[in-house]
Amino acid sequence: MNTIATLVKGEIGIISEESLDVIPLKLLEMGCLPGVEVELLQVAPLKDPLYICVNGSHLAIRKEMAEQIKITKN
Amino acid sequence: MENPKPIKVALIGNPNTGKTSLFNQLTGLTQKVGNYPGVTVDKKQGTCKLLNNKTAIITDLPGTYSINPTSVDESIVLTSLLNTTDKDFPDIIVVVADVENLKRNLFLFSQVKDLEIPIILAINMSDQMERKGISLDVETLQKELQTEVVLISSRKNIGINDVKKAIENCAEVSNTHPLCSINHKIDGDYFEKLKEVSSNHTLYELWLMITQNNFPDSLTEEEKKKLLQFTQDVSRVKRYQHKETIHRYQQINQILKRTYLVDRTKAKDLRGKLDRVFTHKIFGYVIFFGVLLLIFQSIFDWSSAPMDFIDAQFANLSEFVTKQMNDGVLRDLITDGIIPGIGGVVIFIPQIAILFLFVAILEETGYMSRVVFLMDKIMRRYGMSGKSVIPLISGTACAIPAVMATRTISGWKERLITILVTPFTTCSARLPVYAILISLVIPDKKFLGYFSLQGFTLLSLYVLGFAIAIISAFILHKLLKVKSTSFFVAEMPNYKLPSIKNVVFDVLEKTKAFVFGAGKIILAISIVLWFLASNGPDSFDNVEKNITKNVLNENLSSDEIQTKIASAKLENSYIGIMGKSIEPAIKPLGYDWKIGIALISSFAAREVFVGTLATIYSVESDDENNSTIKERMRAEVNPETGEKRFDLAVGMSLLIFYAFAMQCMGTLAIVKRETKSWKWPMAQLIGMGILAYVASFITFTIFS
Repeated sequence: MNTIATLVKGEIGIISEESLDVIPLKLLEMGCLPGVEVELLQVAPLKDPLYICVNGSHLAIRKEMAEQIKITKN
Repeated sequence: MENPKPIKVALIGNPNTGKTSLFNQLTGLTQKVGNYPGVTVDKKQGTCKLLNNKTAIITDLPGTYSINPTSVDESIVLTSLLNTTDKDFPDIIVVVADVENLKRNLFLFSQVKDLEIPIILAINMSDQMERKGISLDVETLQKELQTEVVLISSRKNIGINDVKKAIENCAEVSNTHPLCSINHKIDGDYFEKLKEVSSNHTLYELWLMITQNNFPDSLTEEEKKKLLQFTQDVSRVKRYQHKETIHRYQQINQILKRTYLVDRTKAKDLRGKLDRVFTHKIFGYVIFFGVLLLIFQSIFDWSSAPMDFIDAQFANLSEFVTKQMNDGVLRDLITDGIIPGIGGVVIFIPQIAILFLFVAILEETGYMSRVVFLMDKIMRRYGMSGKSVIPLISGTACAIPAVMATRTISGWKERLITILVTPFTTCSARLPVYAILISLVIPDKKFLGYFSLQGFTLLSLYVLGFAIAIISAFILHKLLKVKSTSFFVAEMPNYKLPSIKNVVFDVLEKTKAFVFGAGKIILAISIVLWFLASNGPDSFDNVEKNITKNVLNENLSSDEIQTKIASAKLENSYIGIMGKSIEPAIKPLGYDWKIGIALISSFAAREVFVGTLATIYSVESDDENNSTIKERMRAEVNPETGEKRFDLAVGMSLLIFYAFAMQCMGTLAIVKRETKSWKWPMAQLIGMGILAYVASFITFTIFS
């Protein structure tokens, strides 16, 4: 199963529809929606948090959150 | 003066869109802050002259990504937009958007638009469009959004007059249409029923009231009851909120497809390169600690001259007033209570302003977000968040603004722990205490041929402050059973050169807030202490008579008699009695009742310690040449042992006591306000007090 946490640096995935219920409203509002591309830009030195670009927003989210958001890789 | 009624305008926008910089351009020096601020935290207002001689009152609302609030600051936005009957309810809203992040900014716009308040969209940083390869069809965008769109660059002062013009136009022809009708696409029946609840509010307003549990005064009791029924079905409300969000983004995507184009090949990847350096696993931390060193170094280097100057000026002022005024209670109140009280606040302005300057620059440039990213995992081990780094750094100037700065931390437990441990960091009020004690008890020697022993002791105390903050955070993390849904998301804004105007305004605003917020408390306590030191029970009034009677047969000069009287007065004053009554408790730490008085008076502000001891010893000293406080303290003898009062053991014990104890009323008051309960400030006071007592006792025992 692929999640944002399984991306490698520079890799792009697409957030899958089933993630809708696990993504907190605030993250949805910031553009982290099912069906959009998500790119992993940087990983913090201790492997957490993750620095992603989604829908034009550059965000840092924690690994525990990233592990819940399922994606499909192209 | 043809139009006496100013137009009320509210600025709304995502964080990092340059909203505050537009506010600064529109209002300049007219801006006022209603309350103690953090970064754009409280309601800021200013007036703006429009082009047709009308004026507008501009309110800068806190930056937010959505009007569904997740923090205290964000809820201010919702409350001010829902309460239609409030006197500050805006006539016009200006949504400020960043051209580079237009999609996400339009999400907030679409929500605000649905409130059906007259609205203008100001797209900021438009001067960057060409460089970033962005092209925008403003005309079509205006039509699609049914809103006047203005391109601006607030940093370069471009388009500010267009915003003013748009405000004028908008005030004349108010045109309000909802943008995304939320009803039928999600659940037609449900929203139809909701709409029937009240005819005075739009459907979207009603929807916000139930999703946010925010019921403004403009509702009748019956309407409120009906709305409360809708809130019962929590999971449905949550599901519809998610659907609403997706629906809005779909609509925005449609609009942007026709109006917004980005040529990716033109975008230069400077951000990526800088990120690689600043978040590098080695260089990232090296740079961060370098920045910290630079900040601390500058705080000390740059502030010592202005602080000495302020100190001297207040001393002169006291002396001047003493000469000008007649003897009496009023003169004493002014020279011994009010002037030193105000001086005690003003003296911190240089250090605090310098610290705020650095924090403002780090935030403006976008570097602070990288520190949050870098430190989050480490801080989480201690129950805090990456966002706790900012309060902990700010705490080295003053814990009061630092506690305010915790508002950006979204998890309650993480925020609470940060608030509780912040007062351990070495604030600037501890510095004068440390400085005088170190110079008294630590020999002025070098070790390893280069390092100064005194400097090393001071550095150790700073490290100790951080260490104990981290350790207690860890303990609190394990002990506290606070229910908190911690959810962390931090935006990583693009790097920017700081705008001088924004930085200056920010420093001015925060420094002003410190002076008037904390200053009030420090001044009030200084006056209370003065009263306690210059008044006492019955025996106090007889002191003068008794002394004069007793010394009749001794051959003393009038100066010596005055000194004896003053000393006896202090001993019999309320504060002297307080000092004496706590003497048994502090004796194991090596202190006498005079140090006890200094400990009590330190509750106003720690640095009062030095002043109090100066007062006590100056009224007692009989040697005219003992001019400086340090020399007086050095001359003080412990009557029981005949040794110096301030020997190594007492000095070290006091240093440790001041490092750990919670001796700051201002901080306690602010913690109460931020945690909305006396429970936490009391826990701090008692917990830190016990720790200080035990640690000082151990220190005293080891060194004596």
